[in-house]
Amino acid sequence: MSPRVAKALINGLLIGAAVIAIAPLLYMVSVSFMPQGQASSLPPPVLPKNATLDNYRQLFMNAGMGRYLFNSLLISTAITLISLAFNLMAGYAFAKLEFRGRQRIFQVLLGALVIPAQVAMLPLFLLLKYMGLVNTYGAVIVPALATIFGIFLVRQYASGIPDDLMEAARIDGAGEFRIFATIVMPLLKPIMVTLAIFTFLAAWNDFMWPLIALTGQEHYTLPIALASLSREHVQDSELMMAGSVVTILPVLVLFLALQRYYLEGLLLGSVKG
Amino acid sequence: MTTSRAAWLFITPALIILGLFFLLPVVAALVLSVTDYDLYALADIRNLRFVALENYWTLLQRPLFWSALGHTVYFVVVGVPLSLMASLGAAMLLNSPLARFKPFFRTALFAPVVTTVVAVAVIWRYLFNTKYGLVNYVFDAIGIPTVDWLGDPNWAMPTIILFAVWKNFGYNMIIFMAGLQAIPGDLYEAARIDGASAFAQFRHITLPMLKPTMVMVSILTVSGYFQLFAEPYVMTEGGPLQSTTSVLYLMYEEGFKWWNLGSASAVAFILFVIMFVVTAAMLRLSKRGEPA
Repeated sequence: MSPRVAKALINGLLIGAAVIAIAPLLYMVSVSFMPQGQASSLPPPVLPKNATLDNYRQLFMNAGMGRYLFNSLLISTAITLISLAFNLMAGYAFAKLEFRGRQRIFQVLLGALVIPAQVAMLPLFLLLKYMGLVNTYGAVIVPALATIFGIFLVRQYASGIPDDLMEAARIDGAGEFRIFATIVMPLLKPIMVTLAIFTFLAAWNDFMWPLIALTGQEHYTLPIALASLSREHVQDSELMMAGSVVTILPVLVLFLALQRYYLEGLLLGSVKG
Repeated sequence: MTTSRAAWLFITPALIILGLFFLLPVVAALVLSVTDYDLYALADIRNLRFVALENYWTLLQRPLFWSALGHTVYFVVVGVPLSLMASLGAAMLLNSPLARFKPFFRTALFAPVVTTVVAVAVIWRYLFNTKYGLVNYVFDAIGIPTVDWLGDPNWAMPTIILFAVWKNFGYNMIIFMAGLQAIPGDLYEAARIDGASAFAQFRHITLPMLKPTMVMVSILTVSGYFQLFAEPYVMTEGGPLQSTTSVLYLMYEEGFKWWNLGSASAVAFILFVIMFVVTAAMLRLSKRGEPA
């Protein structure tokens, strides 16, 4: 095969693959602007005739989309900020601070990685029920405030910090918290961004646990609301596409803005064991 | 304050969360699975009885459990190889020195990964709508018989698999790209000088050199795919004729629709054991023939 043909073939295949990956998302945006009923006509329209914002208006005015968007933002932000703090402290301690049982505790955590989260869900529901947390934001936020993956990621990264830095500060009489805040945290900034975007996306997209824990509409996150709406409005494709846009757009924009950190984290996190 | 005292303060918040909201519930799930915890026990804990392995025994005799397991295994056995092939294919295209606009293509191919399952499942449900969907319209236009994608018990699971491949292939693509970049270029150089074809190079250089990456990616993908839930929940509600009811879907219905928490915990544990055995066997197999 001549280089020219090979080049055309490879780039042609890439274009084809990109179209398959992106077209459903573009189509979603297009259908979301169609007047009601247009998506259920034949032939299926590709672009909206008489484009309208009616679907978005209906979602926010009548279907409570504003509330769900707020819930999703609140829950994902709270999880991201607090779990970032907890995972950073723990990951740093496992990497750099000497204490008895360090190895053993970390081994237990690593071993627990093989347990799928769903195994814990039934008793967790009962536990939260007895704590009075079911159907509150807390039911989704609290169990997500630390992750083994996050601790592991920070530990990997923090292992690279030279011990001398901390030693020098200790000799100067700095306390451990001061060392963490003024010396360690600035060095962990790249992994903080990575972990933050990972956590935010995971919290935003999470489905099964919020579906179980949030029993009342007023606390629904976007995915739960969308699933419930799509069961009620099976035929309203235009409305559902608008709902999908509202759900996907924030995370897609976030990813596009910070993709370098996201992809780095993906590689760091996958070199387990 | 001593270093070790500080260290404990640093790890305590995370350990409390993980211990109380993950490890404790896992142990409790094992206990729950040998009780008859149901709606009556939920109302009054005194109705709780120890039933030993009865939940497990009953499950193993239920046709629905076996069919749910069968559907899940179908999803894993067909879905994982297809996903990995798509990921590796895309990674090799992107890694080719002839490819142009690489950052753009990488972002485009990765985009489905960061989207919300529920939202894109809603899109697919419309695209694959029997009557108004674009897919059937195109099929009809080029003369291929149309399919009742999500309404035919034989086609619903293949459609969900197609969806999962589309949604997930970008993730492993990134990992494969890193693996491909780690292969020394002079290996290919030497093979070319010896006149090896592109396919021979792939078979004798790329695949063997990628093996560690391949093993890791396969294991992670297999355990991810065993946890099939949101896709059938949104696209088919487990139907038609329960043809897309997965093990986790069964657990969800058993636990949170019928409130048979004891029996649902048994479902969760059986899934866990199966996943553990399968992934351990994969790891074992991959090490065969290697020096210890």
